[in-house]
Amino acid sequence: MPEVLKAPLVVEFPFTRSLGPVQSAFLTGLRERIVLGVKTTDGRTLVPPVEYDPVTADDLRDLVEVAATGTVTTWAWNHAPRRGQPLDTPFAWVLVRLDGADTALLHALDVPGPDAVRTGTRVRIRWAEERTGAITDIACFEPHDGDPAEPTGSTGEFADPVTGIVAPARLDYSYSPGRAQSAYIEELSTRRTVGERCPSCHKVYVPPRGACPTCGVPTAEQVEVGPRGTVTTFCIVNIKAKNLDIEVPYVYAHIALDGAGLALHGRIGGIPYDQVRMGLRVEPVWTDGARYPDHYRPTGEPDADYDAYKELL
Amino acid sequence: MTGEETPGARDIAVVAFAQTDVLRTTDELSEVEMLMPVLHSVLDRTGLKTADIGFTCSGSSDYLAGRAFSFTLALDGVGAWPPISESHVEMDGAWALYEAWTKLLTGDADTALVYSYGKSSPGSLRDVLTRQLDPYYVAPLWPDSVALAALQAQALIDAGQADESALAAVGARSRRVATLNSHAQLRGTVPQGDYAVRPLRTGDCPPVGDGAAAVILAAGERARDLCSRPAWIRGIDHRIEAHSLGVRDLTDSPSTRLAAEKAGAFERPVDTAELHAPFSAQEIVLRKALRLDDSVRVNLSGGALAANPMMAAGLIRLGEAAARIHRGESDRALGHATSGPCLQQNLVAVLEGDAR
Repeated sequence: MPEVLKAPLVVEFPFTRSLGPVQSAFLTGLRERIVLGVKTTDGRTLVPPVEYDPVTADDLRDLVEVAATGTVTTWAWNHAPRRGQPLDTPFAWVLVRLDGADTALLHALDVPGPDAVRTGTRVRIRWAEERTGAITDIACFEPHDGDPAEPTGSTGEFADPVTGIVAPARLDYSYSPGRAQSAYIEELSTRRTVGERCPSCHKVYVPPRGACPTCGVPTAEQVEVGPRGTVTTFCIVNIKAKNLDIEVPYVYAHIALDGAGLALHGRIGGIPYDQVRMGLRVEPVWTDGARYPDHYRPTGEPDADYDAYKELL
Repeated sequence: MTGEETPGARDIAVVAFAQTDVLRTTDELSEVEMLMPVLHSVLDRTGLKTADIGFTCSGSSDYLAGRAFSFTLALDGVGAWPPISESHVEMDGAWALYEAWTKLLTGDADTALVYSYGKSSPGSLRDVLTRQLDPYYVAPLWPDSVALAALQAQALIDAGQADESALAAVGARSRRVATLNSHAQLRGTVPQGDYAVRPLRTGDCPPVGDGAAAVILAAGERARDLCSRPAWIRGIDHRIEAHSLGVRDLTDSPSTRLAAEKAGAFERPVDTAELHAPFSAQEIVLRKALRLDDSVRVNLSGGALAANPMMAAGLIRLGEAAARIHRGESDRALGHATSGPCLQQNLVAVLEGDAR
C-alpha cells in the first residue's frame, strides 16, 4: 500500500453575529466597564443575561446592573493555555457569581498557581485596555480583598450600542483522504487516471472513494480510464470566483472518461464557450508541475452518440 | 413514551449491533472506508441487505472532518442509489436511533439501519468542541472540553460527593473491565497520569479516538424473525438543560433523571446500565441521577473512559446494552448517551428481553 497521504487543512471564518436587545446591552456595557444582568419573573438576576428565561422561557428584558466583583463558585487549573484562551500564562478557569447576580459567568482568573484559588475566592474584573463590546472586554478576573464594587447606576441605555460581534474562528486539521483516494492521487502524479471497479455491479468509479454507492460494498480493483472522454452535460459560468484567474464566461462540464462508469467534473478550454455541446470528445491538458489536469480540450473526433453516454448524465 | 403500553403502538427492538475497534488514528481510511465493515457486519447478523432496509439514519459532525456535508460521502457505504429513505443528525448516533425509533413508530418502515462515526484524529478535539458552545459569551474564550469537565469535577469535590481518589477509581475500574472488550482503545492498567486540567488527570479523561458503530431496529414480528432475543425498546426519551453552565447545578443531571423517568427507567429496576460518561466525575453524577446502586452492572464494556469515538460513543452504549440482552446476559438494561459540555443533553433508553 502506498504511503498515507496527509495535508494541512485550515478552516477559518469570521462569524458575524447580530445581537438582540439584551446581549447588545450586556456587551455594550462591558465596553463601558459596566456589567448588566437581567431580572427573571421570579426575581433572580441572570449574569450573563439572556433574552429568555432558561426555566420558564419567559421573555426577559428587565436589565439591572451588578457589581464588577464576585465570588468563585467552581474552578479548574489550566497549566497549559491553548490558542485563543484569555491568558497565555497558566490560569484558573472560573465560574464567578458577581455581587448582585444569582448565576455565574465563565472566565479566566489570573493567579500565580492553583494554591491561590479555591471555591469562595473573592475576585474582581480586570478590564481589557481596548474594549469593543465583546466578552473579551473582560481581560480576566483577579483576586480582590476589598468590599463589593459599587454599581455605577447604569440603566442599560447607551448612546452608541453595539449591535453585533465578529467572532473569528480557526480550526486546524491534518487531512488524510483514505486508501482509495490516496491511490487515485498517487496515480495522478504520473498523469494516469485510475478508478475502482465495483465487484458487484462492475461499474468503474472515478475518482474512487472506496465504496460503490449503488451496492454499498467496498471497491478495490483498480482500472485505468481515459485519458479521453465525452462531455455528458455542462454549464456556462459567468461569475468570476475570488482568487481564480480564469476569464468568464467559461464552461464547466461533466466528463465521462472512456471506461468510467460515471462522470467527473472539469473545465473545458480550447474552444469558444458557446460551442461546447453534449457528446463533445475531449482530452486532458496538463500544465507543468500540476497535480491534476488544468482543463480538457476537444480531441477533434466526431461527437459521441447520445446512446453511448446517456447512462452517465 | 413511557414503559406502559400505548394502545396501537408498535413494539420496536434493537436486533443487531456492531462496532469498530476504536483507534487513536485511522489515517489510512476515509470515513466511509472505516464505516463499511461495520455496516456489513450489522447487516450480516440479520441477513438483511441494504436494499431491504426501510429507513436509514446516521449521526456525525462536520466539525470533526472539517468539511461541510461530510456525511454525504459516508452514504456511499449504505448503497444510497437508487434513492433510499434516509436522514442525518449532526449529533451522536444515539439521537439518530431516536429518530429511527419514531419513524418505525409511525409505521412508515419496519426496519431501520442506524449508524454513526467520528474521526477525531484529523483535528484537535479539545479545540473543535469549543465550537459547540454559546458563540456570544463562551466560545470567544475557547474553553476546551477538558476544562469544562474539570469545572464540573471541582464542583462535585466541593460538594463533598467525590475526591480525586474516587475519580481515579472510576477511570481505573472502567479500563480494568475493558480488558474484556476487544474494541476498547484503553484497556488494563493505565496510569492515572498528570493533571490535564486540575482536578482532572489524564486518567479521568477519555481517550481521543476514531470509530464507528451501527445498529438495526425492527418492529413487531419482524424483530423476532431477525433476532432470537430482540432487545425491545420499552421507552426512550431525551432532555436538555440550559446551555449556560453558570445557570446549572453541575453536581446534578436533572435532564438525565427526567429522561429516565419518561423512558420508564424507574418503574422496575434494571440489571445493567451503559452510561456515556466521558469524564470520571460524570459517571458519579449519572449514577446518582439514575439511582443506580451496586446491584446494577454499570459499564461492563469499559464505557467512554476506555473508548470515546465522538458521535458513536452514545450509540455504542445503547448497542452494548442491547447486545447483552441478545446474549441473554441481561433482561432489563438502561442505555444512556450524552452530548454537549458537562452532560448538557442526555438520552435514556430502557431495553428488555422476552421473559425466559
